[in-house]
Amino acid sequence: MLPSLVIVFREVFEAGLIIGIVLAVTTGVAGRMRWIVGGVSAGVLGACIVAVFTSGLSQLFHGSGQELFNACILGFAVLMLGWHNVWMARHGRELAAEMRAAGAAVVEGSKSLAALALVVTIAVLREGSEVVLFLYGVAAAEGGASFGMLIGGFIGLILGALVCTLTYLGLVTIPSRYLFGMTSTLIALLAAGMAAQAIAFLEQADILTALDKTVWDTSWLLSDSSFLGRALHTLIGYVDQPTGMQLIAYAATLGAIAVLMKLFSATSEPRQQAA
Amino acid sequence: MLPENGDKPVPVMTRNKHAMFVSMLLASIVVLGGSVARAEEPVTVSITIKDHQFEPAEVHAPAGKPLSIAVKNLDAIAAEFESDSLHVEKVIPPGREALLHVRPLEPGRYNFFDDFHRATHGFLVVP
Repeated sequence: MLPSLVIVFREVFEAGLIIGIVLAVTTGVAGRMRWIVGGVSAGVLGACIVAVFTSGLSQLFHGSGQELFNACILGFAVLMLGWHNVWMARHGRELAAEMRAAGAAVVEGSKSLAALALVVTIAVLREGSEVVLFLYGVAAAEGGASFGMLIGGFIGLILGALVCTLTYLGLVTIPSRYLFGMTSTLIALLAAGMAAQAIAFLEQADILTALDKTVWDTSWLLSDSSFLGRALHTLIGYVDQPTGMQLIAYAATLGAIAVLMKLFSATSEPRQQAA
Repeated sequence: MLPENGDKPVPVMTRNKHAMFVSMLLASIVVLGGSVARAEEPVTVSITIKDHQFEPAEVHAPAGKPLSIAVKNLDAIAAEFESDSLHVEKVIPPGREALLHVRPLEPGRYNFFDDFHRATHGFLVVP
């Protein structure tokens, strides 16, 4: 029971943090639960499919299929998160003003919701496929799904949902006028961290070898494997021994999102004033 | 394109500067990439997983050289070879072998484990 509890919790924990942030980001947007629940469901389905095809996936691209797949879906999530932030920079204020009025803003808002729902799907898919593989392995070894394994997995899932709820509740206590800036920052950091992680997968697959030396080591201060290190890894992309290329990807993602947000919010302002 | 319009040709100096800047940028990328890209073949270390044990549980590799770790899973269930200090994680389906590339390492002791069976662990020694 304990191994399945620990594994399920560890994986669900990471997805839970991301879902919690997405819930906080979309506070008050009509129809968001449909999108987020849809995102989670698609993620669970995707996780099962990926788990079933892991063996085949691993053999693709001279054995680098897994790494390429992970790097691609992480890259896609980075694009979705970046796009969401840019979109919010442009429409955020209008959206906040018309939040409760079901109108054009909500229809427009669903585009951004779709992007975030995809991020949720990817998070659940990545973490979930490992859960499925592990539980399947345990069940296969024990000659069937045991009661203890199911209970362990269930408790792990509940604890993960708790992390998600706490993240959400923690974020929504932030006064609404700071919430936008806070969540935009969180989303940008989340995206940058995912970009750095995608680089790590490409380095592991030996596809990317430029600047793959460790730049600094802060494992003495906060290790990646510690609980806090893991949480910060998911949230802001903390890595105790980043490579040069990871740092470049991290900075480039943050920079690109910041510049695009500035660019798009600036161009929309004169139009609003004229109207 | 502007020079064709006739009214405001770009000064030759500026164009040259641009060309110089771009070529310098390209050159630096080539040099940077070239100097960092490996000329040497990676060292390969082989490990097998059987009955939830790494065999061998202690492996050695030279410092400062690109390294590949080949992990063969002989168990009937999937394993996930993972190491925080080596920065790798990869699911290995039953009966399969996975190759993981590790960046050049400083001397030290690097721990690795099977993320699906945490009791299964071993370490890499870089003298």
